[in-house]
Amino acid sequence: MTQENTAAPEFDYGLFSYDSKEQMLEKSKEFWNPGKTQFWIDSGVPLVIDRREEYFIYDMSGKRLIDAHLNGGTYNLGHRNPEVVQAVTMAMQHFDIGNHHFPSLARTALAEALIKTAPAGLSKVIYGSGGGEAIDIALKTARHATQKRKIVSIIKAYHGHTGLAVGTGDDRFSKLFLSDRPEEFPHVPFNDLEAMEDALRDRDVAAVIMETIPATYGFPLPNPGYLEAVKKLCEKYDALYIADEVQTGLMRTGELWGITKHGITPDILVTGKGISGGLYPIAAVLATEKAAGWLNEDGFGHISTFGGAELGCIAALKTLEVCSREETRSMVHYIADYVGQRLAAIQATYPDWFVGIRQNGVILGLEFAHPQGAKYVMRHLYENGVWAIFSTLDPRVLQYKPGILLKPEVAEEMLDRTELAIGKAYAEIRNERSA
Amino acid sequence: MSEMTFEPLMVEPAGVPRGRAMVERADWAARAYAKYDIATVNRIVDAAASALATRAQEFARDAVSETGFGVVEHKVLKNIACSTGIVETYRGQDFVSPEIDEVNKIVAIPRPAGVILALTPSTNPVATVSFKIILALMTRNSIIISPHPMAKKVCVAAAKAMSEAAVAAGAPDGIIQIVEDPSIPLINALMTDERTDVVVATGGTPVVRSAYRSGNPAIGVGPGNVPVLVDATADLAKTAARIIESKSFDNSILCTNESVVIAEEAIADKLLSAFAREGAYVLKDEERDAVRNTVFPEGHFNTKMVGKDAVWIAEKAGIKVPAKTKVLVAPFDLVVPEEPLAHEKLCPVLGFVRVPTATRGIDIARAVLRITGAGHSAAIHSANPELIMMFSAAVPVLRVSVNVGNSLGASGIQTNLAPTMTIGTGFAGRSSVGENLQPKHLINYTRLAYNADAREVMPSYAGLNPWSSPTGPVPSYPVASNEENYGFGSTSIRREPITQDVAELRDEIRKLIVEELHALIKN
Ligand SMILES: Cc1ncc(COP(=O)(O)O)c(C=O)c1O
Repeated sequence: MTQENTAAPEFDYGLFSYDSKEQMLEKSKEFWNPGKTQFWIDSGVPLVIDRREEYFIYDMSGKRLIDAHLNGGTYNLGHRNPEVVQAVTMAMQHFDIGNHHFPSLARTALAEALIKTAPAGLSKVIYGSGGGEAIDIALKTARHATQKRKIVSIIKAYHGHTGLAVGTGDDRFSKLFLSDRPEEFPHVPFNDLEAMEDALRDRDVAAVIMETIPATYGFPLPNPGYLEAVKKLCEKYDALYIADEVQTGLMRTGELWGITKHGITPDILVTGKGISGGLYPIAAVLATEKAAGWLNEDGFGHISTFGGAELGCIAALKTLEVCSREETRSMVHYIADYVGQRLAAIQATYPDWFVGIRQNGVILGLEFAHPQGAKYVMRHLYENGVWAIFSTLDPRVLQYKPGILLKPEVAEEMLDRTELAIGKAYAEIRNERSA
Repeated sequence: MSEMTFEPLMVEPAGVPRGRAMVERADWAARAYAKYDIATVNRIVDAAASALATRAQEFARDAVSETGFGVVEHKVLKNIACSTGIVETYRGQDFVSPEIDEVNKIVAIPRPAGVILALTPSTNPVATVSFKIILALMTRNSIIISPHPMAKKVCVAAAKAMSEAAVAAGAPDGIIQIVEDPSIPLINALMTDERTDVVVATGGTPVVRSAYRSGNPAIGVGPGNVPVLVDATADLAKTAARIIESKSFDNSILCTNESVVIAEEAIADKLLSAFAREGAYVLKDEERDAVRNTVFPEGHFNTKMVGKDAVWIAEKAGIKVPAKTKVLVAPFDLVVPEEPLAHEKLCPVLGFVRVPTATRGIDIARAVLRITGAGHSAAIHSANPELIMMFSAAVPVLRVSVNVGNSLGASGIQTNLAPTMTIGTGFAGRSSVGENLQPKHLINYTRLAYNADAREVMPSYAGLNPWSSPTGPVPSYPVASNEENYGFGSTSIRREPITQDVAELRDEIRKLIVEELHALIKN
């Protein structure tokens, strides 16, 4: 803003403005979410994202950060990807959210595109407006198809916080709202096939829901063969397999859907977050003909005004096209290779501190030898210009998710900054220990 | 500090964003390839060249049927010359390893350009695609080809064959890419992309000029319009044979095909008779006017004539010529811009003017090049070195074919110039390169230089090499880190060593080239 105009607020966004970042944070506490606002201030990450473009986000202070979290893949294609912006902007000349009661131009077009690129066998698409709703749809669909109620999930799984989804996740979020229902939502340990079989043995389970790699748990990798075996157990005990690909889909593993790397055709696949290029909320459930029977029985069975909003469909169509490109797949392989090599070198420098790299494509969990290690690293990364978040359900592990269209020079810069931050976090921990 | 910025509604034609994605991928590939060692580079170059050469016939046929011009057998020859032929030319040369100059205490480390954008013409479609790919691979660059829209199908097939072979031999993924659906906005986007390190443009003047305007480093070459001086000392039988063979080569669509023959009056009639014996048809005045009107209706070149054969053109002009006519010779008086026959013709119509003396012929050759073709090439048939020297010094071209057809002479196939599909036209032709395009134009060197003081000794650099060869696919496939074959550049997938079959094939191809060239020269 111009210096001479002293009356103008410093942060003017047209429809609203703030005098200062401090004022903004105060108002955030007053009118929005005091707990969350204060948490980040206390964590040493007082980030209020202002400008955003490519893989860069800017704090209100002007501080630039390379986004290596991407909200779980929401910004896979970068912030305000010009191709998606153009698609949505143009669509607004003709479309709006649309009418969810009627056959819809854009919903149908996206459904066809999703089915064409999905693992074989998936044939119908049902829309939600966010990942949680889509998970609820998936669970309801499984219950309808099997006429059973129980849903098995993994301890420390995260599938969202809507009515049913929240039951599949950590108690912290269900108990808070008196929504825990352990009898309907048994949780079993990850990578434990015996526990899984025990949970399924009574044949009273509608579905097993699995993140292909549990994100919020810090991306512990499924043991080789684990997911395949779970799928077999599902078949054995008449339960459906629901693949939550909200974070692992859309080329992050170097294939469009992470689950295909395991050779699994799920009965139901859920996508969200990155599917709309971070510009217009939408999520989708893909189901086999057999699983999706309710669409014939009562097509109005799940109603959602915003589910499959047509502008979101258009954002998603474009995003899916960009993600599916041969060039994109190739770049993800290059980025994964480069990031993996650099991290391995950093790990060799700090073997006692940086104790593990969990990697599948550009999905990475970095393990540190301290119960809250990733929080330290997150703060030092923030100070050094990279944004990556600790794993809520395992704060030893940093979620590190570079973009799928990352340019080589930004990748290099990101790793330079990361190396420094990891070293500084280590120094801080050692100081604390010796103090 | 914040600003509300609303993107204007920018509508990009489909294909443009995809093109940008290709450049980004090429950037990753180039970075990887720039670290390869000479052994791997040689293996990749051989594999790509063989992939093209073994299908030279098919691609020649497809090029003729897609574009509707040229001669299959001549394109076969060019395809081979521009794939395995080029490789043989540069075999043993190394554009990869550091060069050590112990005397001057300088070590020069080759540094590839990075991402090459290659624009290729419709006239030499596959040969140029192959030529540029081979040069890029030899110099560890990645390349994106934007083929001429008229020849896109065959170019895509050829580039893909080479790309697959290169990657199978160990090249990084995406090292060769080709635009499947070229368009002006897409080409502009690729040319101006800041990730494009150099544009190598072969094609019409507009393409070349826009390459230079792109703001990126560019190597563009101008058009030709080849004057040929024949003086009284020339061996007329050989001269006629060479000119007619060269003029009819690929139905005269190369920029190196002869345009106007300038004959010393004393031998002009004899030369015309010799032309006739070689299968040319010398047009009478009315016939010449008919051909002029057909090839240049209302003074403008009719692109339908490009690369068509002489009989077809004669028929269009309403003239009866013998069935085996190779070239139509069109005598005219004055080389001036308003005379269409003095311009580049891109079909087997050969201008013919008489001059009282050979020195006068030099002026006329200059007049031809004033129209177009400065910096390109000229030919002279003469036994008089003094005249040849005068001619070469006076005529503004950068290569003069002496007693050899210019088509394959200037392009280095029948001379010892660097074999090329891209003729640098230098300053006279508004280009940054004056030589035939060759590998050295696509690299720079980083020179590490020691103190010149004789007391400062440069230690030995012998055996030091910063490059290495990857042991697996590049990039490695992203397997999960808890799987057995997780790792970088060393995954379990093994690459085939060069087998006996491949070695034999290579020998065979080498023989084939020699034979074909031999046959051509004999003609
Ligand atoms: C794996 C997974 N599934 C589902 C969800 C829920 O998505 P949403 O936040 O859009 O409701 C998330 C969100 O983080 C997630 O990570």
